[in-house]
Amino acid sequence: MELKDKLMSSYLAFEEHVDLDNDIHEVRNKAIKFFENTGFPTKKMEAWKYTSLNSILKEDYSIFPKKEDAIDYKDVKKYFIHDIDTYTIVFVDGIFSSHLSSTTHDKIDACLMSSALDKEKYKPIINKYFNKIVPEESMTSLNTAFASEGAYIRIPKNVAAEKPIQVLNFFTSNEAALMVQPRNLIIAEDGAQVQIIERHQSLTEHPVLTNSVTEIYVGKNADVDYYKIQNDKITSSLIDNTFIKQERDSNCSLHTFSLGGKITRNNLKFYQHGENCNSTLKGVTILEGKQHVDHNTLVHHTQPNCESHQDYKGIFSEKSVGVFNGNVLVDKVAQKTNAFQSNNNILIDDTASCNSKPQLEIFADDVKCSHGCTIGQLDDEALYYLRTRGIPEKEARALMMFAFANNVLSSVKIPEIKKRITKQIALKLGVELGFNL
Amino acid sequence: MAYTEQELEKELQNKEYEYGFYTEMDADTFPPGLNEDVVIGISKKKGEPEWMTQWRLDAYRHWLTMEEPNWANIGYEKPNYQAISYYSAPNTKPKYDSLDEVDPEMLETFKKLGISIDEQKKLAGVAMDVVMDSVSVTTTFKKTLAEKGIIFCSISEAIKEHPELVKKYIGSVVPHKDNFFAALNSAVFSDGSFCYIPKGVKCPMELSTYFRINQAGTGQFERTLVIAEDSSYVSYLEGCTAPSRDENQLHAAVVELVALDNAEIKYSTVQNWYPGDKEGKGGVFNFVTKRGLCEKNAKISWTQVETGSAVTWKYPSCILKGDNSTGEFYSIAVTNNFQQADTGTKMVHLGKNTKSTIISKGISAGKSQNSYRGLVQINKRAENARNFSQCDSLLMGNKCGAHTFPYIEAKNKSAQVEHEATTSKIGEDQIFYCNQRGIDTEKAIALIVNGFSKEVLNKLPMEFAVEAQKLLEISLEGSVG
Repeated sequence: MELKDKLMSSYLAFEEHVDLDNDIHEVRNKAIKFFENTGFPTKKMEAWKYTSLNSILKEDYSIFPKKEDAIDYKDVKKYFIHDIDTYTIVFVDGIFSSHLSSTTHDKIDACLMSSALDKEKYKPIINKYFNKIVPEESMTSLNTAFASEGAYIRIPKNVAAEKPIQVLNFFTSNEAALMVQPRNLIIAEDGAQVQIIERHQSLTEHPVLTNSVTEIYVGKNADVDYYKIQNDKITSSLIDNTFIKQERDSNCSLHTFSLGGKITRNNLKFYQHGENCNSTLKGVTILEGKQHVDHNTLVHHTQPNCESHQDYKGIFSEKSVGVFNGNVLVDKVAQKTNAFQSNNNILIDDTASCNSKPQLEIFADDVKCSHGCTIGQLDDEALYYLRTRGIPEKEARALMMFAFANNVLSSVKIPEIKKRITKQIALKLGVELGFNL
Repeated sequence: MAYTEQELEKELQNKEYEYGFYTEMDADTFPPGLNEDVVIGISKKKGEPEWMTQWRLDAYRHWLTMEEPNWANIGYEKPNYQAISYYSAPNTKPKYDSLDEVDPEMLETFKKLGISIDEQKKLAGVAMDVVMDSVSVTTTFKKTLAEKGIIFCSISEAIKEHPELVKKYIGSVVPHKDNFFAALNSAVFSDGSFCYIPKGVKCPMELSTYFRINQAGTGQFERTLVIAEDSSYVSYLEGCTAPSRDENQLHAAVVELVALDNAEIKYSTVQNWYPGDKEGKGGVFNFVTKRGLCEKNAKISWTQVETGSAVTWKYPSCILKGDNSTGEFYSIAVTNNFQQADTGTKMVHLGKNTKSTIISKGISAGKSQNSYRGLVQINKRAENARNFSQCDSLLMGNKCGAHTFPYIEAKNKSAQVEHEATTSKIGEDQIFYCNQRGIDTEKAIALIVNGFSKEVLNKLPMEFAVEAQKLLEISLEGSVG
């Protein structure tokens, strides 16, 4: 059975388990209809020109996983940022795992989407925020139709979350192939501050397809700092859809570290709704083997005096494919916008390839917008210089690549993440770095 | 007295299209509509051989299966292809041997254009092939060229007299199934220019074609084929205008360049089709396919100044097939009022050590939309390919838009690709500085725009550069907000 048909029939089964009187159900019905009409995206669509999902849609995915699989903390400890105190929300095969998590309702809410959707007291918030900034697209609609579980994080007015919040998704071998659709909602009210780390990790070689949607609302003067760590198995694919709405004077930065996975597609959209917003989008992609990462970003400037910074670096070797499709949209009224976009790529060998499409669409005249894009290789002379100083070629290459990615790492505000990513990069490049950053 | 904004606006509105006149001439026009009979009719009318008719029919049949592309960042009412007349020839055939015999009215037309043939004759030895409503009226300097073995004539003449060359190269760069407009052109092209430069010959003068759409309700489908044999050089100029009309006129041309080993082709265009009035009514739809093929060590350089047309859809491209070949693209696109331009280039690197340079300057004013769309593709075997792209946009007023859509694809590790783009406006301080020095606002803008486009203007042949500079000024007059 085609995956689409399977999803359609699963939806009928899904309806039996949920509260049909809930307002949300109307939203779900509308979304599934949209998906039924459009189907999965194909390469014929401009936004998917360089990424084909065909290879991952063939699998016979289970849509509803069986019960929670008991995994021990010690087995998965390495995937946690465990050296600092954090709140954690952990899902195993899409189902909340209470013994691995530490949620809270003290001052802030860091809990489950399922309870937020069901409980009466959250209703006003859900009505106000749920599915309000998600564009009607095939993958997002599919997620909306099945939206039932995920992380729900709400930071009230003028509260700074004391510790970072980790959202982890583990996948086990319970199913031969698994498709999960987490739905996250993050609300930082006016003046709130929060740091969030998100990770998807498969524990076995079973195929996994994650189609995740995250909505982030950043209130006036609020500050959201978000990290996505994507270092999954070669059998796992991720379609990540993240939408951010920013009010005036707010800050939001999002770092994406794409170090592994079969197909990883990041749809990242920032909508600025007030003056003086600042959006930062940064990413490091290091791939080898048959892996594919596609960054599709949008920053929509609708108000004056805002800034956005996009900086994506990619290193590709052995048949890996990197795609960058960045978009900056500046409305007529968004005067004095400063928008920067840069995408730099290194191709290590001829089997790797890289496609870049940095776009600017500008309707205001008093703006500073620029973009730059390069595809190249390591500078031979710099390499030679390092070698004359007694640094072996391999290390010299690693050093240079490290320096290349460093721009992006420098804006990471959690030192533990920085350390980890540094280590990961060193590991990937196959060298011991004789220094700590 | 200071020049107020209102005055500027008024002047802008009153600025009529300078070339908007219509020459009354008997024209032999086909009734509107397109079917196989029309295609065969055009072919017969031109006395073409059987293979050409067949080729046209092939293209036509394929065209029927195609859909009009709509991916470009332009919005327009799709032309009704059955309401267009596909052939229109001034009725004053046969051809003339000397200028004296030419219909005086037609000569007057050229005079109004400011390109009177005799003047052009004197001017720096430019040889012209004038195409009016798709039929080549006169070819100047033919004899001088013939001495060198250069063939420069209309394509219909070439089909008759040099069928072996045409047969070999036509459709070799832009196949007749390439895209919707190229297929349409292949089926119904009425005339165009043909140019052949033999081995080792450096063409002593700039070759030039001037296009004009005269008759109402006609489409212009010209086809240009330039072949530069080994180690030859040619510089080719093309200019276009159309009278102002309320309805939209269609222009779907195909230009093919073939640069064999060590050859160099420089192709410059000044496009000034009627852009429509200030309400956005009328104007030419310009859907052009231009492509060049570079063999070993060859070089193709496209330079274009686009100031006209209601809608422009044009991507002069280079296929860098041979090793060490070079492709260049220099462009200025100016849009005003309701004009829309989606233009750029494609650089396809196939050979080793291939280089390409893209400099694109977009200037948008009024309510216009100006897009750069470019592709740089480095294929697997293209070792040491190098590309540099720069796209700058200048916005005048807050009702226009500037867009950049670069596509960059690399499959070779030794590739070096750079792309840069900026968007800005004319600074108030820049204008203030000029005002201080006694330069009025209008002149100051012209000065700044000229400076902005200098890199491209410098690439144009002398006479064209002067004209282009004037065009820039005319198109942007009073458009600062």
